[in-house]
Amino acid sequence: MSRSTLALQVGMLARRSVIRTFRQPAMIVPALLFPLMLLAINSSGLDSATNLPGFPTDSYFQFALAIAFVQGALFSANSAGTNVSADVETGFLNRLSLTPLRRVALLLGQLAGILALGLIQALTFLGVGVVFGAGIEAGIAGALVIVALSLLISLGFGCIGAFVALRTGSGEAVQGIFPLLFAALFLSSMALPRDLIENDWFQTVADWNPVSYMLEGIRSLVISGWDGEALALGFACAGGVALIALAATTSALRTRMART
Amino acid sequence: MSRSGFISVALAVGRRNVHNYFTNPAMIVPGLLFPMFFFTAFAGGLSRVDSVPGFDYPAGYTAFVYGFVLLQASAFGGIFTGFSIARDFESGFSRRLMLAASRRSGIIAGYWIAAITRAMFNILVITVVALVAGLEIAGGPLDLVGLYTLALLVNLGAVLFGSGVAMRLRTMQAGPAMQVPAFLVLFLAPVWVPYDLLVGWVHAAATVNPTTLVLEAGRGLIAGDPTKVLPAFAAALGVAAVSVLWARGGLRSAERAA
Amino acid sequence: MSTAAIETRGLVREFKKGPRAVDGIDLRVEPGEVYGFLGPNGAGKSTTVHVLTTLLPPTSGTARVAGHDVVSEGEAVRAAIGAALQEAALDPFLTGREHMKLQTALHGMRGEDGRRRGDTLLERVGLTEAADRKVRGYSGGMKRRLDLALALVHRPRILFLDEPTTGLDVQSRSALWAEVQRLASDRGVTVFLTTQYLEEADVLADRVGIIDHGRIVAEGTPDALKAEIGRPSVEAVPADPEDLARTREVLARFGEAVAASPKGAAVRLSGGDAQLAEVVRALDDQNISAEHLQLHAPTLDDVFLAKTGRSLEGAGDRGEEEEAAPADAARGRERLAGQEA
Repeated sequence: MSRSTLALQVGMLARRSVIRTFRQPAMIVPALLFPLMLLAINSSGLDSATNLPGFPTDSYFQFALAIAFVQGALFSANSAGTNVSADVETGFLNRLSLTPLRRVALLLGQLAGILALGLIQALTFLGVGVVFGAGIEAGIAGALVIVALSLLISLGFGCIGAFVALRTGSGEAVQGIFPLLFAALFLSSMALPRDLIENDWFQTVADWNPVSYMLEGIRSLVISGWDGEALALGFACAGGVALIALAATTSALRTRMART
Repeated sequence: MSRSGFISVALAVGRRNVHNYFTNPAMIVPGLLFPMFFFTAFAGGLSRVDSVPGFDYPAGYTAFVYGFVLLQASAFGGIFTGFSIARDFESGFSRRLMLAASRRSGIIAGYWIAAITRAMFNILVITVVALVAGLEIAGGPLDLVGLYTLALLVNLGAVLFGSGVAMRLRTMQAGPAMQVPAFLVLFLAPVWVPYDLLVGWVHAAATVNPTTLVLEAGRGLIAGDPTKVLPAFAAALGVAAVSVLWARGGLRSAERAA
Repeated sequence: MSTAAIETRGLVREFKKGPRAVDGIDLRVEPGEVYGFLGPNGAGKSTTVHVLTTLLPPTSGTARVAGHDVVSEGEAVRAAIGAALQEAALDPFLTGREHMKLQTALHGMRGEDGRRRGDTLLERVGLTEAADRKVRGYSGGMKRRLDLALALVHRPRILFLDEPTTGLDVQSRSALWAEVQRLASDRGVTVFLTTQYLEEADVLADRVGIIDHGRIVAEGTPDALKAEIGRPSVEAVPADPEDLARTREVLARFGEAVAASPKGAAVRLSGGDAQLAEVVRALDDQNISAEHLQLHAPTLDDVFLAKTGRSLEGAGDRGEEEEAAPADAARGRERLAGQEA
């Protein structure tokens, strides 16, 4: 009996992951609508903040657009985590374990689902941004970089969700980490640039929070154009989180699929 | 006879729900978590905003945010009780309640007892946290009585709204149907800056939103500078009155289905 | 000596918290045999299956499946076995056909081959019409059938079925039994089946292993095991409930008491079927009119009872269990009342 090749396995699992993500509108619609809703409310509500001396732009909408991408990634975490925990709970993971499937193929397949949702989100938020007048200072090339950075962020958070799912095997635990991820988003330069944060301890937390740099990376492309430092830090933080989360997920998968 | 039936039913339902709440961390945490996040993130991170020209709130930004968070905790204390009601319907427990209760409107009153208890607990915790974080309340005792009464009126409106939804839908899927309107009502208002500094469509929405009145009155009471207190109470009572009708309709719908 | 299909020696599986789930199991299943693993919930059946299917490593002892060691030759074992485990392990958002496509592809069946194999199997389990519907809409019986079909994709020589008919209606159960029997007789597939249903073990299995608390307490063909217990039991329900105590006394002369329905008494006849007439006469002598008198041939449950002192089937229709558990019932009622307060 012939074994399927790695490429074929990855392809099949990726296809399954994507199909499955998009057959759950109850997961996708909030992932698109919520960040947009919050964007709309915040931009209008906080527009006067742009009058603060030192505020980098006179459109709070332009400033806040970056938040949507990161918020979208939180939903990615939820979606990935829920899907993976369902596989554990239904025993589907056991079924896959009994085939010649390689673990790495399963992992890459899962990632495909995360990236597919992430891409739809990134394009939607970008589209809305442009349509409602937030010009992307860095132009079309900048928009592509935004998509790339956004995908990397989604990957990182998606893997966090998958990690929790594999480690605990429980959908409830996945829901439980949502507040923590939310906190990570809030305790950053989400609402104001870091140098305009008055409160010392808050500023310190924001300075150390990788999410601040992810936001600032995207923000810089929208507001300032090509800012090498912001981009480098943004990609480094997003990449770092993604790498650690991926490693953790791989390890958790090895334990979960502990076939001999 | 019917009066004591109402009270005994209400107390029984209330006691059970309060007991469930305090013995179940999964129920306590969400109601506390989101207001606290908000408070921390915005009092901490956005405080510079009070330097914006036109922002004159004498009590400081921490108090300004506290005003909103107080409202949020009260409202969501009611909404989350609505979740509990939905869960009871889904599990079938409500059917038992409705069969056993001599006066069914007592059941709603019972849930309100639970909601108000939850709200008071949440408000207490959040207020302590805010005080530790540097909140300065300039208002006198009468102002505070007014402030917290207003908060509890909001809680009443919220739980009645939630119970009306829960009793009509009778499933946990009712969650979003309660959360989304509550969220919109809370946020289409002067959340981060005073009403005068709002622009665009949010300004328009806030103009017709009763939340705006309640928020401004609440903040005034915190600052010891009461403003629009009577209109705010009127708005809150009005919402509560409409919600009573909504809840009664929901009870009737549930009775028909039971 | 021919190679056994499944062979274990001193198989042990421990978990970090709690007692040994599998506590030293020796068994041997010959190729083409249908082996039934019978035991109550928590006996260690599923854990044993997980070890034999390479999903869990044993803590100690050895196990060989299809001639390969489960620990060192896991891949070879997996290539030779198919498994339909306790949950019908399916993705609710995929259709039956999509499941088949995935499974055939993973087993290396390309394009046309895969498709044909998939269609054949779907037809065999009667799911051709439902094949393009999402599994979420399938009934319990349909899910189990798909589960079985997926397990057969790569033509395994050994099939593991973990409680395959739990929760199914009578029709679905019979259909599944028919398919298992066909696989064993026509295709010579070795079937290792775990169940908590006596009837299932009785009907399907060539040999039965009864497991309790992680150990095999009895093993043999169903008939041989029942013959070991040998003697039938008689149950009498007096027409007048006041006569119950006296009925019990009368019956006690004929053998040891066994579990009976709440209104009756039962004993195992030490002298066999022939004693039935004597029992009738004895009851008559005492002027006890029996509303109901029945001779029970020994069942596998009687075997289990004899070996472990407990009944295999759940409490509720057995007087013994009700008497033993009034404290539990009362506690349950209290809890319920407390909830309502």
